Amino acid sequence: MNRRQRRALGETVVSGPSFLWLLALFAIPTAALLVTSLRPADIYGGVAPGWTFANYLKLLSPERLGVVWRTVWISAVATIICVTVAVPVAYRVALCGPRLRRWLLLLLIAPFWTNFLIRVFAWKIVLGPDGWFRLALLKLGIIDPGTMLLYNKYTTLMVIVYTYLPFAIMPLFAAVEKFDFSLLEAARDLGAGRSGAFFKVFVPGVSKGIAAAALMVFIPALGSYVIPDMVGGVNSQMIGNLIADCVFVGRDIPAAAAWASLLVMMVVGFVGLRLTLVTLGGVSLKTRGADR
Amino acid sequence: MTGFLNIEGVTKRYGEIKALDDVTLEVSKGKIFSLLGPSGCGKTTLLRICAGFEDPDAGRVILDGKDITHLPPNRRPVNTVFQNYALFPHMSVRDNIAFGPRTAGRGKREVDSKVDYYLDLSQMRSHADKKPRELSGGQRQRVAIARALINEPQLLLLDEPLAALDLKLRQRMLVELDDIHDRTGTTFLFVTHDQGEAMGLSDTVAVLNHGRVEQVGTPSEIYEAPRTGFVAAFIGDTNFLDGVVVGKVDDEYSRVRVDSLGRDDLLVFNDRPLSLGEEIFLSVRPEKIGVSSRPPAPNPKVTVMVGEVEEVIYLGSFTKFWVRVGAQRLSVQKQHDIFILEDKPPSWNDKVWLSLHADYGYILDNYQKADEALLPLSGKGAAPGGAVL
Repeated sequence: MNRRQRRALGETVVSGPSFLWLLALFAIPTAALLVTSLRPADIYGGVAPGWTFANYLKLLSPERLGVVWRTVWISAVATIICVTVAVPVAYRVALCGPRLRRWLLLLLIAPFWTNFLIRVFAWKIVLGPDGWFRLALLKLGIIDPGTMLLYNKYTTLMVIVYTYLPFAIMPLFAAVEKFDFSLLEAARDLGAGRSGAFFKVFVPGVSKGIAAAALMVFIPALGSYVIPDMVGGVNSQMIGNLIADCVFVGRDIPAAAAWASLLVMMVVGFVGLRLTLVTLGGVSLKTRGADR
Repeated sequence: MTGFLNIEGVTKRYGEIKALDDVTLEVSKGKIFSLLGPSGCGKTTLLRICAGFEDPDAGRVILDGKDITHLPPNRRPVNTVFQNYALFPHMSVRDNIAFGPRTAGRGKREVDSKVDYYLDLSQMRSHADKKPRELSGGQRQRVAIARALINEPQLLLLDEPLAALDLKLRQRMLVELDDIHDRTGTTFLFVTHDQGEAMGLSDTVAVLNHGRVEQVGTPSEIYEAPRTGFVAAFIGDTNFLDGVVVGKVDDEYSRVRVDSLGRDDLLVFNDRPLSLGEEIFLSVRPEKIGVSSRPPAPNPKVTVMVGEVEEVIYLGSFTKFWVRVGAQRLSVQKQHDIFILEDKPPSWNDKVWLSLHADYGYILDNYQKADEALLPLSGKGAAPGGAVL
């Protein structure tokens, strides 16, 4: 066995466990999901043998396509808001001294010390009919007694933004920290105003961070289930809620699998689009969107 | 006030530290003016004030008769070549150079023809579509210079532009910079800690230390006639001799006793009126001291001293000697203008005759003990053996 072969063997041994892990817990379940989505349902809530495309045709009803559209736009708007807020925040934090910066980053991850479900439930209390926020708005005369803050798509959007904003700030902060701020001085020196320097030099300089931040928000937002379920109403259902409905209410596992497959394909589509753009841009980049 | 760029009483504090302390300088149009000093002397702060990145706490910056002290950087007819070049990494060489004119809203055709001109000037035409990371250090620097010059600034600021290059490239870029200056006629304000760059390139050099201007002059004035011990020690190598005026020969020459040499008095030219008993500090450059293995022919203006060679460093075109005379170690440099293999040069522990012409020393106005730390090897009381090397 020569050196190269020995090295190849070594690499296989080292990467083997993670390969098996991905195979067992990612590739096989995803394949099972796709297979299930092509099976007919039996009347007892199980999966019947045979092949059908009917589950996907069920997705085509106008009402359900409305849910798909809502899922996409809520996720897209949440992504835009998160990135728009995260860019200046990351910029400012990166300019802080090392001590202050450590504290600010600590504050940024502090919410993760509380369980996600509990934080969403806390929003439910704060925004609820007797929540202090609603009562305060009532006192100030900003809303009238008939207005409810919970159970609509805007509240869903807001809580999604709240939840995923730190995920946008983190990669952006990493990108901004590596950004050479003398480039901004160079741009000013060459005649650009403050905003010109920001948009022509800073934004392109952290574009990788922006792309990473966008995926970090958009992908988990597409798969939202708990947030629209808890703070959203009947008119703010997202795909995640439809999947749960198929399983728990409709007892139609293959339909749920079809929805889930659609979600997987959407995510793969967006990641693929991004990789294509990045490759066209001549930049190689490795980023993984975290799923929730 | 006659200069093109006038820096008037500029002061800048960072907390307790005075980065610049009442600095006044005058730069003539079309010249290369260097700010020279060790790191932390305030030279970069002064450059940043000229560029508009810092606001001075006091004082004014006047360019071509206009007060630009508080103008933002984008509104000044001033451009900068940054130390790390600060090329925009996401733009090609062409787009980097075009940044200024495009931002100024010039038409596409005008921008293109200007960029082509500056691509040629910087010899970067064949690399126009490359990204900065694909360029070598020298090429990046050329792009940085072209990107600044294309705006036709009245004043070009250069912040240690050669510091990131290796020695050979540095020497070549120095010649190129000089060439570009000759062709464009732009006024250059050049910041460096390297005395060689400052001397080689500049019309005028200002030596800064601790936020103050130590001396302003042409490179040769600074080298030959340093006013302070700091300037003498920072620019090149020198020997500091402290002595007392013990006699007057005539109006022009005095006799000075230097205790550390422990011998006859030195004959010294009066750079300024001296009085008997006055303590003076003398700076003598190593190459101004003659060294030979035989007693030199007597000359009434030359003081001859006998010493012992403690260290010999042969450097090809010249040799450096450290010669002990009394309690003092003198740095002496001998240029080899003859074929030295035929002549046996002085060697370790040899007895040598040093000759010092009265006109070749220079009396300092100001001297501080601490300045000796800047010398390659302290002259007085240094341990023999040249351990520093």
